[in-house]
This record gives sequence, C-alpha cells and structure tokens, in this order.
Amino acid sequence: MNNLIDLEKKINSELTTKINKSSIKHDQIYVEIDKEDLLDVVLFLKTNKDIKFRQLIDITVVDYPEETQRFKIVYLFLSHEFNHRMILSYFINENELISSLTSVFPSANWMEREVFDMYGVNFKNHPDLRRILTDYGFEGHPLRKDFPLTGHSEVRYSEEKKKVINEPVKLEQNYRNFDYESPWEGTKYIKEISETNDKKN
Amino acid sequence: MTKKIKNLNLNFGPQHPAAHGVLRLILELDGEVVEKADPHIGLLHRGTEKLIENKTYMQAVPYFDRLDYVAPMNQEHAFALAIEKILNIDVPIRAQYIRVMFCEIGRILSHILNVTTQALDVGALTPSLWGFEERETLMTFYERASGSRLHANYFRAGGVHQDLPAGLEKDIAKFCETFPKIINDLENLLTDNRIFKQRNVDIGVVTKDDALDYSFSGVMIRGSGIPWDLRKSQPYDCYDQLEFKIPVGKNGDCYDRYLCRIEEMKESVSIIKQCLARMEKGPIKTFDGKISPPSKAEIKQSMEALIHHFKLFTEGYRVPKDEIYTAVEAPKGEFGVYLISDGSSKPYKCKIRAPGFSHLQSMDYLIKGHMLADVPAVLGSLDIVFGEVDR
Repeated sequence: MNNLIDLEKKINSELTTKINKSSIKHDQIYVEIDKEDLLDVVLFLKTNKDIKFRQLIDITVVDYPEETQRFKIVYLFLSHEFNHRMILSYFINENELISSLTSVFPSANWMEREVFDMYGVNFKNHPDLRRILTDYGFEGHPLRKDFPLTGHSEVRYSEEKKKVINEPVKLEQNYRNFDYESPWEGTKYIKEISETNDKKN
Repeated sequence: MTKKIKNLNLNFGPQHPAAHGVLRLILELDGEVVEKADPHIGLLHRGTEKLIENKTYMQAVPYFDRLDYVAPMNQEHAFALAIEKILNIDVPIRAQYIRVMFCEIGRILSHILNVTTQALDVGALTPSLWGFEERETLMTFYERASGSRLHANYFRAGGVHQDLPAGLEKDIAKFCETFPKIINDLENLLTDNRIFKQRNVDIGVVTKDDALDYSFSGVMIRGSGIPWDLRKSQPYDCYDQLEFKIPVGKNGDCYDRYLCRIEEMKESVSIIKQCLARMEKGPIKTFDGKISPPSKAEIKQSMEALIHHFKLFTEGYRVPKDEIYTAVEAPKGEFGVYLISDGSSKPYKCKIRAPGFSHLQSMDYLIKGHMLADVPAVLGSLDIVFGEVDR
C-alpha cells in the first residue's frame, strides 16, 4: 500500500468493527480502537503483507484528569517498507489493566515500564514490570497532571546521619506560575479557528 | 566429589568511564561469559517532559539541548518542525540551509565523540586526542552562531534565532577542506588496526529482523543492512534538494557500525559544503509577527512590534489544538517528538522519543554469550548518551 488513503480503506475493510475512528492528518494515519482488540489489531498491522508496520516506535499516555476515561494510551508505529506512520490509540479508566505488547514487539518492554512508572498504568502479561526512570523507592507517578511540578520529596546528604535522606520538599518561595493569558483575552483568532475545526470533526 | 558453581553478579557502573555516563549495569557472569545484563537507567532523569508541559513553546527549546548534549541542535530541529507543522508556517530557505548545516555539524560532533571514545574503550588513546580538537573547532562554530558551545537554543519555530555572524560561513568552508584529512588520519589509526578489529568484528551482531523488532534506528539499523534514513525517506527542511549517500553495513556488528559512522561524517561534510554553496542572503525566520519576535530596531519604531514583542515573551504564541508526531534523523537514530497542543501557549503533552532508549534496552540481547570485555565495546557502538535515555 503506497498510498495512505488506500491504507486507511484497507485497514477499515479488514478490521471493520474493531476500528472506532480513523483519519489522515500530517501524512500520518490516526486510528482509534477498543482496549480489548489491541493484540488482534497490532498483530494484523505487523504481519499483513500490504501494511507491515514492523516497528513499534513508542508507547505513551496522555492524561486527561477531568474525563471519565482518564488515560489515552498511544502507540506509534512505523512501516519501513511503505514509509507510513500510524498513531494508534484508545481510552481507559484509571485502574484498568491493559494487555502488554511484549509478545509481539520485544521493544515494548521498556516502553511499557516507562508508562507504568510515569502514569501508573498496569499491564498484564508483562515479564518485568518495574519502575525504570525514577529513583529506587520512588512514590507516585510524575507525569500525571495532578502530580506537582516540584514533586513531593527531595533528596539531600545528611551530615548527622552520614547518609542520603529523603525529605518533604521545602521551598523558600512558592512555585510561581504566572497566567499570562487571563488579563487580556490575547490572540483570539487561533482559539476561534480551533473551535470551528472541532465542530467539523 | 562435585563442586557447586555459582554465577557471579557484577555491578558495572554507575561510575565507570566505559559506561558513557551514568549507567548501572548488573551483569550475571558465568566465568567470564555474560549470561544476563540488566541495565538500570534513570540516574540522570530530570523530568524534561513534565517541565516542558509547564513552559511556553519558546521556553521549551533549551530543554532539547540537554537531551543528547553532544548534538544539541538536531533535537531542537524535531521540536521546531513539530510546531511548524501544526502552525502550518513556511521556513525561509536561508533558515532551512542554516538549520540543516548545523544539524550536520551536530552529526559530526556526535560521531567524532562516539568513534573516538569507542576506540578508547577498546584500548586506543590517540583517536580521542585528535578527534576532540576537531570537536572544539566545531563547537566554536556553534558558539559564534548561537552564543553557546553546547546548549545552543538556536532553532525557533519558523527559522533560527539570528543570522550567522560575518565570516562564519568562510570559516566553516575552510573547516570542510581540512576535516576530511582528519577523518583519513582516524581511519589510518583504526580501520585496519588489528587490535581494533579483534575487539569489534563479529561482536554484538544484530540481524535485520531483530533490528526491526527492537525498534532500532539510525546507524544501528543501517549497520545491519537496512537502508533507512529519515533524511531520504521522509525528508524535512531542504534535505530533498541536497545530494548525499546513505552508507549501509553488511554484517551488523560493532565494526560495521563504526564504518557507517566514518562514512556518514564524510557525507555530512559534503552536505555542509552544498548548504554553504547554495545559501543566499535573505530572511532567517518567518515574518509572521505573531510567532517570531520583531527586531530591536522595529520595536523602537512601531507600536505593533512592541506589543508583539511583549506578548511573545510573556504569554508566548498559541498553538491550535492538534496532535502530531515528527521525527528527525539525529546522529543516534530516530529522534521524535509527539506533541499534543490544546490551543494555549504551552504544550499539553510532549513525549520525547529518544533513539538511545530502545538501543540500550537491547543490551541483554546483544551481550548474551559474549565475554565481559566485550561489554564496553558493544556499549560504545550503541552510542549511548544518558541525557536522552533518561530525559
């Protein structure tokens, strides 16, 4: 499939009900699916000879704390053969388990560990789900929107105890987040454009 | 009498010169053969992605310098391209040439560092002494253009921050004449060197299928014989107007990856030359006053320019609601930015896809069955920089 439009048609006709929504934007194909269909869809995308998304580029999560389905799980795929990129996504609730992709793509291992570390999303059938980027014994999930930018604890070397200790963060001055947008309404034109765009979709 | 044999666990790093930064590698050894490697990363984690969510688009650029700090501008490029695609703005041709030229300088910077330190890891001292002198010259070019040797903060959405200073183009052209000789010298020292070959040939072999499965990119995938380079396959800026070749390896071992890097440096020199030859005087950033700041002279004359300046450096420019993934061919592989904007002046989410992360992940697969002494050789050829792995 050398053409993105053909590719979109092909995916929609082969997977029919498993695809909730698909669109083409910025030379990439965006596909939304249901959580349950993940493994089937990914296996199909990887093995079908006309599609061949052979490489998993990254896995990430977008946090929308005010929504009922809080996390949007995003998978980025690349097909070398046909030179296409795909963004596959689905929404889940906070404490929901999702399937691991490690059986299909070994590289999903660390990517899922990172997602687990940063957002607290749990994977089933993952061989080794440990924290990866944060410190040993770290608590919380830093990239969630409700995690403060300054964090909860800070590390220092204690002269009395002769070791490195964790303490609650003490700030000399509160973190200042100036909201430059409120005093003036600012450049409205972009907001208007984005709103009309939303209606079209 | 039976003897009980127990495997030995060895801690490699986090303070080890061959770990190329702060890597803690827990190795399970059977004699001198590595049975299992478990990299512990995150010792340099600074929460870049979280910080970017709390800064305006312009304030987020410096964070990209601090990822892969040996090729800073290549990262800025990915971020600038992502914003440009969402805003749908055109970059003036001179700015495109400047950006591509500095990306190629970044590629040479990174490859010199990697090739010479890999040689250092397997016992050759001289290449690093010769190579670092050239890196110093290149970093002077960075300094003259941006004011800073390493953390450039030079690329902007819609162009670059300022024009090149007088005389810089000439000096870069001069460098392009002398540098190929240095590459030759390095090659004389290493390419046919018996010890270097013994340490690198057939070490850390990656097959084509595994390179795909483990999400390899850049030299790691080309070394295994897959001709894939984003500069050719998904060209950005003015790469489609330039002529260059993509070196591809055959065996997928550490030695092939070394050869690829050497050849890529030669191609980079030729790209820089082409950029210099085609560069003409002209604007270096977009004229849209809502995105790029006005010049100082304009601010003194025009009320509108003053307002634009004020709004740009307080609120920043707003980016309409969108979702995009853009990738560039950084020296280490595919460096990508997955950006979600919500119509405000700060990114809602900015996921950084670092090539080193997936390369380091395969450490266990690469090193299994090799000797302990091969660990630094394999690690060296992966081209790991912890700024980008840990983010």
